[in-house]
Amino acid sequence: MTGRPTPLALVARAAAALALGAVALAAHAQQPIKIGFVAELSGPQGALGQDQYDAFMMVVERNGGKLGGVPVQVLREDSQLKPDVATQIVQKLIERENVPIITGITFSNIMMAVHGPITSKEVFLIGSNAGPAPIAGARCSPYQFITSWQNDNQAEVVGRYATDKGYKRVIGMAPNYQAGKDFVAGFKRMYKGEIIDEIYTPLNQPDFSAELAQVAAKNPDAVYVFYPGGLGVNFVRQYQQAGLLGRIPLLSSSTTDGSTLPAQKETALGVISGTFWGPDFDNPSNRRFVSEFEAKFNRIPSQYAAQSYDAALLLDSAIAKVNGNVADKAAFRAALKAADFQSVRGKFKFGTNHFPVQDQHIFEVAKDAKGRVSLKTIATPLKDHVDAYAADCKM
Amino acid sequence: LPSAASRDQRATAAANAANAATPATPATVTTGLVLTQLLNGLQLGVLLFLLASGLTLVFGIMSVVNLAHGSLYMMGAYFAAAAFNAFGGSFLAAAVAAVGGTLLLGLVVERLVLSTLYRRDHLDQVLATFGLILFFNEVVRFIWGPASVYMNAPEWLRGTVDLFGLPYPSYRFAIIAVGLAVGAGLYVVIHRTRVGMLIRAGASNPEMVSALGVNIRGLNTTVFALGAALAGLAGLMAGPIVSVQSGMGEPVLILTLVVIVTGGIGSIRGAFYGALIVGIVDTVGRAFLPTLLREFLERSVAQAVGPALASMLIYLLMAAVLALKPQGLFPVRHG
Repeated sequence: MTGRPTPLALVARAAAALALGAVALAAHAQQPIKIGFVAELSGPQGALGQDQYDAFMMVVERNGGKLGGVPVQVLREDSQLKPDVATQIVQKLIERENVPIITGITFSNIMMAVHGPITSKEVFLIGSNAGPAPIAGARCSPYQFITSWQNDNQAEVVGRYATDKGYKRVIGMAPNYQAGKDFVAGFKRMYKGEIIDEIYTPLNQPDFSAELAQVAAKNPDAVYVFYPGGLGVNFVRQYQQAGLLGRIPLLSSSTTDGSTLPAQKETALGVISGTFWGPDFDNPSNRRFVSEFEAKFNRIPSQYAAQSYDAALLLDSAIAKVNGNVADKAAFRAALKAADFQSVRGKFKFGTNHFPVQDQHIFEVAKDAKGRVSLKTIATPLKDHVDAYAADCKM
Repeated sequence: LPSAASRDQRATAAANAANAATPATPATVTTGLVLTQLLNGLQLGVLLFLLASGLTLVFGIMSVVNLAHGSLYMMGAYFAAAAFNAFGGSFLAAAVAAVGGTLLLGLVVERLVLSTLYRRDHLDQVLATFGLILFFNEVVRFIWGPASVYMNAPEWLRGTVDLFGLPYPSYRFAIIAVGLAVGAGLYVVIHRTRVGMLIRAGASNPEMVSALGVNIRGLNTTVFALGAALAGLAGLMAGPIVSVQSGMGEPVLILTLVVIVTGGIGSIRGAFYGALIVGIVDTVGRAFLPTLLREFLERSVAQAVGPALASMLIYLLMAAVLALKPQGLFPVRHG
């Protein structure tokens, strides 16, 4: 090497310096977008939140830590099914971490607690489970985008199905709390026959022997139940053991889903349920989702995973549309509203209240092609269904 | 004043009864239904007895308030489910794992935790055993995950038995049989064996028993492990009917506490009758109170009040017992 650099070396150095500068610049522009993920991640309810988180992160990891081509940093928070804890978490995320987006939210009471604090700060709320009536109606916000459903939908579709099947006498059963009553009310909205009895059981009651004996004695055309989580495992097992499953059709909402079927297995065969999505949907996006989820987690994805997967795809599409500039709120909101992504449900469209306008299907618990107990689509009673509260939402 | 809705309901019920091939009239209280509900009550009662007998002995002899008894029940159910799934649905393997596993767990818990608490006051014991509840809930969540796990009855008990025209699950008959057998077995052990004599003596006067040179430490460990195994057996029997999940022990623990307070703390006899009374009152209340109230109240009011009142019934019973017989209905006989 001589003391004087050759012209070629000079050019090379200059190029290297420029390239480094460009990298530094790019790194500056590519500050990761912080996304708050808030859900129930502990306790008996933790299964739903875990599914939401797993599916969301599956998209992020598949894209190399990016959504819409921009690096994202997901801040995972457990709201513990406590509205006060959830409110504190949300305040911390917004004020200390400056997150522009919060997603997740498992339970309706948590949604009611955090919806105001999030949307009033003009932070985008991408809800991927809870859809209580107030936020679909009078208390809606332009900053909310819900990728799941309005709570009543899953009961309404079953009510319509019961009407279509010509069931004349139905018994409704649910835990004795607000959601239980809401689901029975949602069922009644679309059911034209007679509800011969409504049975509400205490929320912590694990044994239904007394109520099932009543049901057997009244011998209705069908039974409609809403027993989420562990209650659903109890109820379905006991309904089957009491010899009622083959005799009196069991119609349900949130009782036999991806979170409870692994514990119910063949005791649930034949149970009917209604919701917006099932693992057997035959579209490219869903096939990819189901096969990747099964390969990674070795279980059939639940609807909670599907909703959250769609939330990640929605963010991916909207962040790409605004080139990562989520600070331009009007543009980002329009990009979210466009919902320009391949949903696992086939098609996806937001209504005026930023809840999905979507088909609602009926599923039967049956064995899939691999012999596992899963959900099989058997009917689609509601097409492009708009929830009952959208008209009250003024944005 | 019957509402229009309930009149409709009766009309439909009557029309249905006319059309139905079976003579049993739906929507009314028949002998078959009452009998079924009594059996349901008995079944809940014997399940509670399995738990209450262990809890009451531990309290009576060691004077320890063991809130973690519900956790032993949960661990029994998890051990059972794990073995059931590992051995291709063998209920026998589940039984061995549940009873054996909780027996060993009981020994460990007694030696490690409870033995240091005997001389402390009840508040310390409550705090420590409450800590155990949280600990075990997290342990199962860590090992088996937050969702409930699969467990089923043995193949030959999955059917139903016809009872006056109403189907009754065979498995629940099995629970009743196991519970009554354990009750009889405990009676023999406690009234006819040397260990039983020491247990009875320990329950009525522990100081005197140790003064007579009995190894009270060994007796404590034996009793606690026995109680844990019974809780594990209850968990095994409950596994196929209730969801096996973290926190499943707490609602049962509360019922069990009601049982031993009602029956009389420290007494196996009290635990047995107390469990049957609580099981039957709870079940029959839940089954018939809402229907009964509908005769007097508006349908919507009855629907709201019925379940609330039915779930309060056993606590009202406990309050009444505490007011009239503070020692419980079947207290330990002293002296």
